[in-house]
Amino acid sequence: MAINVYVPRDSSALSLGAHKVAANIQAEALRRGVEINLIRNGSRGLFWLETMVEVATAKGRVAYGPVMPKDVASLFDADFTQGAAHPLNLGLTDEIEWLKKQERLTFARVGITDPVSVEDYVSHDGFKGLKNALAKSGAEIVKEVTDSGLRGRGGAAFPTGIKWNTVLNAPADQKYIVCNADEGDSGTYSDRMIMEGDPLVLVEGMTIAALAVGATQGYIYLRSEYPDALVTLNEAIANAYQAGYLGDDICGSGKRFHLEVRRAAGAYVCGEETSLLESLEGKRGLVRFKPPLPAIEGLFGKPTVVNNVISLATVPIILDKGGKFYQDFGMGRSRGTLPIQLAGNIKQCGLVEKAFGVTLRELLYDFGGGSASGKPIRAVQVGGPLGAFLPESQFDTPLDYEKFTEIWAVLGHGGIVAFDETVDMAKMARYAFEFCAVESCGKCTPCRIGSTRGVEVMDKIIAGEDHVKNITLVRDLSDTMLNGSLCALGGMTPFPVLSAMNHFPEDFGLQKGKAA
Amino acid sequence: MQLSQNKSWREVVSDEILVSIDQHIEAHLNVPGALMPLLHAIQDDIGYVPESSYPRIAKALNLSVAEVHGVVSFYHHFRTHAPGKHILQLCRAESCQAMGSEALESFVKKTLGVDYHQTTADGTITLEPIYCLGNCACSPAVLIDDQVCGRVDIDRMNEIIAEARSA
Repeated sequence: MAINVYVPRDSSALSLGAHKVAANIQAEALRRGVEINLIRNGSRGLFWLETMVEVATAKGRVAYGPVMPKDVASLFDADFTQGAAHPLNLGLTDEIEWLKKQERLTFARVGITDPVSVEDYVSHDGFKGLKNALAKSGAEIVKEVTDSGLRGRGGAAFPTGIKWNTVLNAPADQKYIVCNADEGDSGTYSDRMIMEGDPLVLVEGMTIAALAVGATQGYIYLRSEYPDALVTLNEAIANAYQAGYLGDDICGSGKRFHLEVRRAAGAYVCGEETSLLESLEGKRGLVRFKPPLPAIEGLFGKPTVVNNVISLATVPIILDKGGKFYQDFGMGRSRGTLPIQLAGNIKQCGLVEKAFGVTLRELLYDFGGGSASGKPIRAVQVGGPLGAFLPESQFDTPLDYEKFTEIWAVLGHGGIVAFDETVDMAKMARYAFEFCAVESCGKCTPCRIGSTRGVEVMDKIIAGEDHVKNITLVRDLSDTMLNGSLCALGGMTPFPVLSAMNHFPEDFGLQKGKAA
Repeated sequence: MQLSQNKSWREVVSDEILVSIDQHIEAHLNVPGALMPLLHAIQDDIGYVPESSYPRIAKALNLSVAEVHGVVSFYHHFRTHAPGKHILQLCRAESCQAMGSEALESFVKKTLGVDYHQTTADGTITLEPIYCLGNCACSPAVLIDDQVCGRVDIDRMNEIIAEARSA
């Protein structure tokens, strides 16, 4: 019987040569007459071990990694298809500590199944949530999601159930489900991993959302920077249509839902929901004034649910196991789990899904293994380019929306970027302004002009010009941007700027402890 | 001076290209929010969105030429001039910075002899910045055409450039 061999098709794995590894395995198996069934799975999320090849054995799946294309012949020499010993043998995948310590709910199937196979998806508990949803009324589905305590995973952390309820109760001839897959924050890649590793869970989540609020059309607004995700998503959607999970008659229920991927075009601000809707309508991605909320007047003026990929991909397990099951994970008002992404200068970068409450220190050292460079970690930025920089003294903060607010930081989309002691925080503050200037939609003055003035003032500070005066000016400018910007782009750029200045004053030519 | 023909200030494109642009327009006439998918289709096909296509797009979608120009110019992804044979995009975001992307950036600019948004003299590589490829676990990352490359050091960069120049 053919042996199942798994080689990820995740784009991070591909960026390290996974296609070549897969091709070599196929060729070598043919040459040696070993019968294998090559499956292109998602990534398990242990990126320092990619390309991680797995083999199905009687005892379970055995992992090998990091496998380079040149290692393939020696793997065959060692009889790896029987799970045999080899210097790259990592043992049973399920026994890898890094994975064992996690609570994978949203990521339950990622890395395990063939992402585009409906059959594989169903045999791993797929579409169970949808089946339950089909037996419920819209209000009952919304109640289940509300009870789960799920909050928007894109960063704003707005309760998903409440958003859905607004759309449910907005009468209209047409409603939409829009998935925000414009994952532009540096240090984040969980949306991408879902779309490349288990896209059908997103399809299922969006279909459940449609049933809940009475929508019949969905769009996934996907970043143009994710060419591999586009291919996987489109394959999965086509297969879901074929199997009757999308279309005019979902699972024979008579209910209709159509789904399409739309490509973004490299504008960071389009991750803001109203700007995203403008873009979907074929316009410049200018942020809209709120109200009206998208839930009342969204895409093409119709009631629209706009949710992040992870929020929607978490809905199926909630409908499968119940709101209470999901609610039992987490701390305080942050319920459930968060897929955390370790990035930047970290030895073991990857995807860690844990219940809220895990501390930064555990993530950086127990999971991450410290910095990649071996130098001490000096700062971490949590929550993307608009997130605050945190110094070592704050590493014991538990991941919880409210705890982060208390220290004037944000969790955002759960991305953590680490910097070692070589980082120049004044340069990072300048970069934050520069990024805002490049990406500003231009609608409001604090963001459009403030970001450019910010770059100029930071240049003066770095050059040591009129120090005290210019530090005061940056603080004043930040205050204007914080309080006067239309959306989070201008409104949160001061987070990285001021946190860098407050926690690392010495980089700004100020004395420590005198951050003024 | 004859300015009556748009061609005098817009890049001149061949009739063949205009025919394929018209085909893309035709295919998108009944698509809700057609402009973005249409612009993608044109750029995927011919490598850029020529300004001479604006009046055709505007007419078909009932927009003004200014509106079409506004959309094309808003999004970093769309370009209005033919790029080189290959497009090399360097990630400038924080995670890649934490892993030395700035040094890589200076190396590439020096090696290719171009700055961002420019094409090498031999027409093989256009250099562009990009903000995050979602490959932050394998920083620094670059995109060559549609292929993401991770943990790119100087050696790997040299390979990527050499492959692009020979292909």
